[in-house]
Amino acid sequence: MTSPVPGQESSAPGAAPAASVSPGAQTLLQLRGVDKHFGAVQALYHVDLDLPAAQVTALCGDNGAGKSVLTRCIAGIHQPDRGEILWKGHPVHIRGPRDAAELGIEVVYQDLALADNLDIVQNMFLGRERVHRGLLNEDSMERAAADTLRNLKVTTVRSIRQPVASLSGGQRQAVAVAKAVMWNSKLVLLDEPTAALGVVQTRMVLDLVRTLRDHGLGVMVISHNLNDVLQVADRIAVLHLGRKVAEGPATDFDLQSVVEYMTTGSSHR
Amino acid sequence: MAQVEDEVGRTALDEEAEPSAAAEIAAPPEILAESLGQYLRAWGRRVAGGESGALPVVLALVIIAVAFEIWTQGLFLSPQNLVNLFIQSMFFMTLGMAEIFVLLLGEIDLSAGYVLAVAAGIAGLLVQKPGPDWPWWLAIITALVCSGVTGAIWGLLVSRLHLPSFVVTLAGLLIMWGVMLVILGNAGVVSISSRILVNQHVLYQIVNGNIPPAAGWVVLAVLSLLFAGLTISRDFGRRRKGLVAPPSGLTVLKIAFFVAAGIAVVAVCNVNRGSSLVVLAGVPWVVPIVLVVLLLWVVLLQRTRFGRYVYAIGGNPDAARRAGIRLATVRTWAFALAGVTAGFSGILYLSWQGGTSTNVNGGQYVLYGVAAAVIGGTSLFGGRGKIAQAVLGGLVIGAIYNGLYLQGVQVQWQLIATGLVLVGAVLVDTLSRRGTLSGSATRI
Repeated sequence: MTSPVPGQESSAPGAAPAASVSPGAQTLLQLRGVDKHFGAVQALYHVDLDLPAAQVTALCGDNGAGKSVLTRCIAGIHQPDRGEILWKGHPVHIRGPRDAAELGIEVVYQDLALADNLDIVQNMFLGRERVHRGLLNEDSMERAAADTLRNLKVTTVRSIRQPVASLSGGQRQAVAVAKAVMWNSKLVLLDEPTAALGVVQTRMVLDLVRTLRDHGLGVMVISHNLNDVLQVADRIAVLHLGRKVAEGPATDFDLQSVVEYMTTGSSHR
Repeated sequence: MAQVEDEVGRTALDEEAEPSAAAEIAAPPEILAESLGQYLRAWGRRVAGGESGALPVVLALVIIAVAFEIWTQGLFLSPQNLVNLFIQSMFFMTLGMAEIFVLLLGEIDLSAGYVLAVAAGIAGLLVQKPGPDWPWWLAIITALVCSGVTGAIWGLLVSRLHLPSFVVTLAGLLIMWGVMLVILGNAGVVSISSRILVNQHVLYQIVNGNIPPAAGWVVLAVLSLLFAGLTISRDFGRRRKGLVAPPSGLTVLKIAFFVAAGIAVVAVCNVNRGSSLVVLAGVPWVVPIVLVVLLLWVVLLQRTRFGRYVYAIGGNPDAARRAGIRLATVRTWAFALAGVTAGFSGILYLSWQGGTSTNVNGGQYVLYGVAAAVIGGTSLFGGRGKIAQAVLGGLVIGAIYNGLYLQGVQVQWQLIATGLVLVGAVLVDTLSRRGTLSGSATRI
C-alpha cells in the first residue's frame, strides 16, 4: 500500500500499480452488528459494513438514514452501543478523532474545516507543523505539500501559497482531501464531497477520489448525488432508516435500484 | 433539507464562474510574479481590485503630514517635532501591538489602557527612594510580569469559562482603574525624574535619552546589513530548494526602502534639537527598543506554531479544534502577551512622562491602541492582520495627536478627529473588501 506522500519511510511510493483491485483486496475496516441510539431514537440497527483497501465504497441513504451517525462512529465521535469495529481484522475501540487518525482513518467533513485566512500549505499542516529549532520549517512543509498535491494530480492551483479563501469549491475540496491523506492515512471518509460543486469541479473531485483509490487507499464516499456515486464507486452500501439494506459490487446496482433501496428499503429488480 | 442545501450550493457556484480571476486578485503578488515588472502589475491589479494593503494608510499619513505642515506653518515637520512624534507614536504602536494579539483571535482587550497605567505605577513605585529602591531592570520585569498575569486572567475567563472578552476586559478596565488608584495612594503621583538615583534615571532615559549620533549611524549600518543578509539568504535558500522566491528586483527594492527609511529617521534625529549651547541630538533609545520588541513579536506570530495557531483560531476555530490545537491554551497565552505588551507601553509612558499619576486616561489610550491596530489594517473579526501594521497605525494616531496638540487644538477636538479617522479607516477597509470579494468569497 502506498501513501501519496513521498519521502515517508514507512511506505514505498509508486509501488502499487494503478487500479490493481482484486476481489480479495484487504479489508481495512469492518463493522459488525453496530447499534447506536440517542435517547429513544434508534439511529443504527445492527449494521455490518466492510471497507476494503484500494476500493471506493459509496454509502447511500436518504436523510435520516443514519449515514452521518455511521460516519461519526468510524471517526470516533460517537461510540457504538453494541457491536464491534475491526481494523485489519482486530477489534478496536475508536474513542476520538485522534484514535482514528492513529489507525490511519481520516474524515473530510462537508464543511472541510479549512481556515480561509491561511494558505494551502498552512492549512495542510495545521496542527502538525514541522519545526526546526523552534521556528516553523516553511520550506520543508511547502515542498511536502506541493509533492502531495502533485501526486493527487491537483494542478489547477496557481500557487500553494495563496490563501484558501481565494480557491474555488473544487480546489478547496482537493486541499481538504490532500490534508487528510498527507499523514500516511489508509482509509479516507468523504462526506458529501460534491455537494456544492458544479460540473467541472465535480469531475475534478471524482478524479481525485479515483486517484486515492489507485494509490491503494480505502475510500468511503457519503453522498446524496447518485450520479456522482455511480461514477466512482466500486462498491455500494445503502442505509434505510438505520438498517443496512444492501451492500455489494457497484455492478450489481443501477440508479433505479439504488433509489428503490434508499426510499423503500428493498428493490424488485 | 437536502434540496435547500443543494440549491444554496449551486448558487454559490454560479457566482464564482471565474475562479481563476478571483484567485489572481486575492493571491499575494509576490508569490505569482517572476520579475519586478510582473510584481508591480500584479500589485496594481490588487490595488485596483480593492486589496490595497498598506497603501491607504501610507496615503493618509502623507495627507496628514502635508496638512499639518501647512497648518502649523512648518512646525510639524521640523526635526524637533518629528522626534516628539516618533516618541508619541512608539507609545501608540506598542498599544496597537498589544491589541493585535487579541484582535487576531477575534477578541478585544479593553483593559489594556489601565493595565498600562498599573504597570507604570508598579515600575515607578519600585524605584522610589526612600522606598523599595529596586534595580531598574527588576522593576521593569515585575511590572511586565504583573501585566502578563493580569492578561492571562482575562484569557482564562474568556477561554475556559467562555465569557465574552468584551465584558471580561470591560470589567478588567474598571478593576485595573481601581488598582491604579489604590497603588498610587493618596499622593496620586509618582515621579522618576531624579537625576541622582540611577534606577530612576535609567527608566527616564529609555524615552528621553538619545543614542550618540555617531553610534546611531553604526547601529543603522549593522541593522541594514542584517536585514539585507537575512532577506537575500532566505531568497537564495528558497531558490536552491526549487521553491518560488520573490523576484530579485523586489528584494533589492525592499532592502533599499528599509535603508532609506532608516537613514531618514537617523538623519532627522541626529539634527541638533537643543540650542547652540546645549546640544540635544541622536535617536531616542526607545526607537531601537520598540524595534526589538516588534521583531520578537513578528517572529513569534509569523514563524512559530503559537503564531500559526493564533491565526488559525481567528480564521476558523472549528478547523483549529479539529486539527488538535488546544484553543484555550493559545487564547490564554495571547491575552497574556497582550498584557505584557500593554505593560511595556506602560513602561514607555512612565519614562516619557518622567512619572505617572492617577490622571492616566486608560480608557482613552486603549481606544487609541485599537484604532492604531485597525487603521494599520488589522481586522476586528479575527484572523487578519500583522503585528507590523501597528507601526503605521501608531504613526497615524501619533501624527494626529501631535499635530492637533502642536496647533493648540483643545482636547475635545482631538478626540473627535481621532474618532473620525478611525471610522474612516474601517470604512475604507470594509468598502474596498466589499468591492473585491463579492459573492462566495466575501469575508470581513
